[in-house]
Amino acid sequence: MIILGISAYYHDSAAAILVDGVIVAAAQEERFTRIKHDASFPTEAVKYCLEEAGVHLSEVDHIAFYDKPFLKFERLLETYYAFSPRGLRSFISSMPVWVKEKLFMKKNIRTALEAIGDYDRSKTTLLFPEHHLSHAASAYYPSPYQESAVLTIDGVGEWATASICHGEGHKISILKEMRFPHSLGLLYSAFTYFLGFKVNSGEYKMMGLAPYGNAQSEQYAKYQQVIREHLCEIKPDGSIRLDQSYFNYATGLRMVFDKKWEQLFGIKRREVSEEITQDHMDLALAIQHLTEEIVLLMATSAKELTGSKNLVLAGGVALNCVANGKLIKAGIFDNVWIQPAAGDAGGALGAAMAAHHIYLDQPMIEKESLDTMQGSYLGPEYSRDAVIKVIKQYKAVATEVTDLDALVANTAKIITEGNVVGWYQGRMEFGPRALGHRSILGDARNTEMQQKINLKIKYRESFRPFAPSVLEEDVETYFDHDHASPYMLVVKEISDHIRQDVPPGYAGLPLMDKLRVNRSSLPSITHVDFTGRIQTVDGKYNARYHQLLSTFKSMTGVGVLINTSFNVRGEPIVCTPEDAYRCFMRTEMDYLVINDFIFEKTAQPDWQSEDKWKEEFTLD
Amino acid sequence: MEFLKDLLAFLKERKKWWLLPLIVIILLIGILLIFAESSAVGSFIYTIF
Repeated sequence: MIILGISAYYHDSAAAILVDGVIVAAAQEERFTRIKHDASFPTEAVKYCLEEAGVHLSEVDHIAFYDKPFLKFERLLETYYAFSPRGLRSFISSMPVWVKEKLFMKKNIRTALEAIGDYDRSKTTLLFPEHHLSHAASAYYPSPYQESAVLTIDGVGEWATASICHGEGHKISILKEMRFPHSLGLLYSAFTYFLGFKVNSGEYKMMGLAPYGNAQSEQYAKYQQVIREHLCEIKPDGSIRLDQSYFNYATGLRMVFDKKWEQLFGIKRREVSEEITQDHMDLALAIQHLTEEIVLLMATSAKELTGSKNLVLAGGVALNCVANGKLIKAGIFDNVWIQPAAGDAGGALGAAMAAHHIYLDQPMIEKESLDTMQGSYLGPEYSRDAVIKVIKQYKAVATEVTDLDALVANTAKIITEGNVVGWYQGRMEFGPRALGHRSILGDARNTEMQQKINLKIKYRESFRPFAPSVLEEDVETYFDHDHASPYMLVVKEISDHIRQDVPPGYAGLPLMDKLRVNRSSLPSITHVDFTGRIQTVDGKYNARYHQLLSTFKSMTGVGVLINTSFNVRGEPIVCTPEDAYRCFMRTEMDYLVINDFIFEKTAQPDWQSEDKWKEEFTLD
Repeated sequence: MEFLKDLLAFLKERKKWWLLPLIVIILLIGILLIFAESSAVGSFIYTIF
């Protein structure tokens, strides 16, 4: 039985393929088209999934799309009706897209599939599971559990903006839903917009900015109070009511009414290019803390409704690693598992799994104690020949080191010398995080490394923190955390013994001054609030990366590296060896390791001056 | 035809028949707009809005 899952037409298009219930491949379209958050039909991702599974389109039995377009249209019409005459402009501008495209989703999907290959519409069933069911399925079925509470939280699907479900055996029952326009994801995005970041992609920047806020300040207390009094009423079960007179997303073309928010908070909406002030940071902290409180209440409600000791999470809000860390620490559930592709891309996988287990009534696969995401290394990998082709094409200079011990020892030594290394190995990750297959690595002990990678390699805002990869067996040594966190979805505090004293008045220091303070013996991965977004690395799914970390540890005594995604700002994570080489040459990265080949920057030929990547990839 | 069948099944399942006139009007205007893109109906549509 072959099932193809698809998410498309909103943001982060993706495809996933199941063969007899086993996840064979999954990938986001942006990686192939090189357009960040590409929303178009995932033609290239579908082609890749079919190739990886070794099947033709004509052999696919079922195709599952990750939401119900008619139900979404119903929500749009009823919302415009409820808010009328407000929203007439937005109504007029949105309807043509629906009438021309989105209402005819079946036809669009079939046409797109016919363009790919030998698609036979009479032999293939087209299924449309609900958006939040797709998220729930993406969290529950691949998780290590046979029974679990399921919490999904995002902006909005059809009507639901959050749901609590119960997964038992191969069935998922929906127990409770929160509905549009009341949405935690949209509330967070509204603040993302007000603070001058892009909605649907800048949320993680706001999360990274929040720790610079001062929770002891008057401003922070005022913002908390204003949000609770005017914008968001929090109910005991974690559901929220947003005062729609302040929000414009339901029927407008912007997230909020700028003037009303400016009066409410006493600050102007920040423009993209404007400097970030302490007020912005305090506001980011206020909404982050509120989000954490709501997630904890929702989880408590899920516990009460299901009585389960396990919780699985998906939906865009499940990418809020700080909230995830607090949720785990709260101990409401014994075990928590988060889908690594928690956003809409993961909906493709969830839709396929819902089709397999719910529509086709197929039992769960024996999981032992592991999840079935295979480390989330579900994307394409490229052969030695593909690397050699790139070397010839760019007249690149590379050394092939086929002995793994030597390759890893060389790379570890290079990192200890303060170099930044592009580390490209095996199958590409599925989901927004680079997990050691398409990563940029650096020495976490180096005090200059955060600024160096931010400003000379990623070309992004200097306040943004970097995440650590740590040997799974060593995680307790460096962090207040004793579980595996293979998908980098949990933020936890660093251990006391690696902390360093900070000067008096540290909490009130301006952003750049705070950033310069040495906070721990691993300064480049310690955020200003003494936390890190942890990726634990084991030897099962990532043997090479585990060996690299082990070798680095044997050289330095520290089994921790900086791990950031292999891309520049605004660029999707690299997919092919050519993407990797181009990214390497465009930046001030010192070395690149692709499979067994080591490239040293100083040995490479001059890079073409006409390569205008900063225009190609706009700031996200 | 399949679209109309699906749409009617959806409205029946959801018991949302009141949306039908609205959807029909939107679809008719939509068809006119699409037609207008490559025909003389363009000026006619323009005067409506």
